[in-house]
Amino acid sequence: MKFSLQRNPLAATIGVLLLLYGFASSYYDGFFSLRIIANLFTDSSFLGVSALGMTVVILSRGIDLSVGSVMGFTTVFVAHLVMVEGLPTPVAWGLALIVGTLFGAFMGWLIVAYDLPAFLVTLAGLFFAKGMGYVVSDVSIGIRDSFYDAILDFSIQIGPGAYLGAGALSFIVFFFVVLYLLKWSRFGRYVYAVGGGEDSARLMGLPVNGVKIGVYAFNGFCSAFAGILMTLYMSSGNPLFGVGLELEVIAAVVVGGTLLSGGVGGATGTLLGVLTLALIQGIMNYDGRFLPAVRPISVGALLLVFILIQRFLVRGKEES
Amino acid sequence: MTTETILRVTGLRKQFGPVKALDGVSLEVRAGEIHSLLGENGAGKSTTIKCITGAYKADAGEVLLDGVAISPQSPREAEQLGIGTVYQEVNLLPNLSVVENIALGRMKTGFLGRIDWKHSRVRAKAALDKLGVSIDLDEKLSALPVALQQMVALARALDVDSKVLILDEPTASLDEKEVESLFQVMNRLRESGIGIVFITHFLEQVFRMSDRMTILRNGKYVATREAKGLSREALLQDMLGKAFEEMQGRPGNLNTFSEGLSGKENRLVVNGLGAPGKIKRLDLKLKPGEVVGLAGLLGSGRTECARLVFGIDGATGGSIELDGKAIRQGHPRTSIDEGIMLASEDRKTEGIFPNLTVRENMVVALQTRRGFFKPISKEEGDRIARKYIDAFKIKTSGPEAKISELSGGNQQKVLLARWLAAEPKALILDEPTRGIDIGARAEIEKLIESLSREGLSILMISSEMDEEVRCCHRVLILRDREVIGELSGDDVSESEIVKLIAAHA
Repeated sequence: MKFSLQRNPLAATIGVLLLLYGFASSYYDGFFSLRIIANLFTDSSFLGVSALGMTVVILSRGIDLSVGSVMGFTTVFVAHLVMVEGLPTPVAWGLALIVGTLFGAFMGWLIVAYDLPAFLVTLAGLFFAKGMGYVVSDVSIGIRDSFYDAILDFSIQIGPGAYLGAGALSFIVFFFVVLYLLKWSRFGRYVYAVGGGEDSARLMGLPVNGVKIGVYAFNGFCSAFAGILMTLYMSSGNPLFGVGLELEVIAAVVVGGTLLSGGVGGATGTLLGVLTLALIQGIMNYDGRFLPAVRPISVGALLLVFILIQRFLVRGKEES
Repeated sequence: MTTETILRVTGLRKQFGPVKALDGVSLEVRAGEIHSLLGENGAGKSTTIKCITGAYKADAGEVLLDGVAISPQSPREAEQLGIGTVYQEVNLLPNLSVVENIALGRMKTGFLGRIDWKHSRVRAKAALDKLGVSIDLDEKLSALPVALQQMVALARALDVDSKVLILDEPTASLDEKEVESLFQVMNRLRESGIGIVFITHFLEQVFRMSDRMTILRNGKYVATREAKGLSREALLQDMLGKAFEEMQGRPGNLNTFSEGLSGKENRLVVNGLGAPGKIKRLDLKLKPGEVVGLAGLLGSGRTECARLVFGIDGATGGSIELDGKAIRQGHPRTSIDEGIMLASEDRKTEGIFPNLTVRENMVVALQTRRGFFKPISKEEGDRIARKYIDAFKIKTSGPEAKISELSGGNQQKVLLARWLAAEPKALILDEPTRGIDIGARAEIEKLIESLSREGLSILMISSEMDEEVRCCHRVLILRDREVIGELSGDDVSESEIVKLIAAHA
């Protein structure tokens, strides 16, 4: 009985994921393997990290449209610092994470201090971050660096031909961190509280403003981290990376059962949502006969199905 | 009962722009008493509470808790000092569990900021035990009925060692049984020595529960009185600040008016209207100028009747005729076009457009009736608005004031004006006086009477039976979604209505 509303969308996500994977496994030889699963994590690492950050934002009934641009900015920023300025890679990464976090915190502060809609503030953030990426460099910067090589060489074997690299491992670690944060920390519970009802949370004496700023700061951190993972994946930095990715990120969170109206959902759902999107891509990569149009159309259809399910569940609750 | 004063508020002042919301409010609550804070809407009850709990900062005045001056900066700080508050609308988080709703903001954390859930559960359980209720701690709040949600809110207020508990309209959304259990809890808390500040619109409850009461009017302190031996009239005089006309009893002219109707043709005829799960069968005849009440307990199907007649919900059988013409059912637009209108019981969500002005709120129904391609000019709208503002004595700075700035009673008058401007032949009023104060209530009742004299047929729903007794020529009694009786003439009285409802129980 308890958390039924929360559980049902999750069940739907699991169902779709299993169905897709089952179908693909029976249709394609060799699809049912740890290697494919490991690849799903690897290919979706930056999407996943960003989606986990976005989950926290959406749970607080916010939205952050800037994530794609912040990722793109981070890639070119890191590439520039490493290749042009010659900074040690860890320093470049640290700076990128600080910039991303501060940027998020600043947007959060604007939202709180002037009571602005998050949609618009982060839309402004999207354009600003994109522009700043071009300021750093308007061309792609390839990264050739020993530290990068070392990180890229690192991986854990989990099965025959199945390796989890730094990106996939980061995604998994992030998942557990966000899971813990949301379930076991005050901040996490306050996020649910703010998403459930900002005014009520305020009357209950919760630090609503702090939580909201914290949420965007955290997501800024996640975006920057995702950007760093992207430089690993692409071995380059380019302000064009991440364009439009914010929408994929939001799609993954929604498919994972987190309600845009805030307060309901969580990290597990988002993990499943990200894997579902990655699986669709994986099937297309595997087959090759699909037109590129298939993926966006299927993601769109999936999204529609999920918001309908959620609507149905919420209405069912209201009527009971 | 002790006489030790636990909360003493003196000389509270608060100004919003040019408006003096509080002008020297005092309040003195003893340990172990239930102290009602009374006043009409706008008297300053809520503002007083908010100043005490730190939601607002008072411009002047002093709050002493246990003899120590306090000035909490937030409700949270007030809670920590020992002033718990339960608000009218349950201000909790529907998406979280009972235990979190009680413990959030006060949770202990350990290593890595890990929440000590066990500790929270123990405290939540203890707080619920204090109230003598048992609720599954893991239940999601939204799964609980409103009454239990209120218990959770109470538990939250008690979780901290409260010395003073403020209950702001806690009974507004409860049914009778739930009110009873809340009262039991309040009595228990009183015995444990907590000072309770009780705010409610229901005078019955005030007299039943309170030891003393403080009356406010227009932001000013009027008096503090012992409940024992206080007459209703004296209290109402304090609240209204003027001699209160006897509201009880049934004006004799209602009956003479009824007699004059016998020869007239029916205005509205409803025949066997019904829909599964809503109302079994409704037969209704309204003559021009006749006011018919629908009486019954909560859930008896009163509002469902209104919605079926107006056409918000589709009926599965039956017919509606207006002046002999059959009305297509299930289409509010058609109903409005033909002249049947409904002023909904839910003023906030189904009534006013809070962002629009008084004028805009008033002309929407007329605009609907005229059609959207014949816009009402601002001048015409202004004329209409001014007419009704004068006629109904609506307190507003003018037609261009935002409706959300008006008090509940005045908003209700604007809504009445909205429908009247569209010239209805039959008007359904669902709880026209809900949530508004006594003075405004009397004015609305007067309005109903004069509309009836002008020939408007009115179907009225009110959960205050005395109101129907005062206003209606006839009353239909509903029980379990069925009309079970009808009273007219001198038979219309509260006791007869109650008898009929009880007889079929």
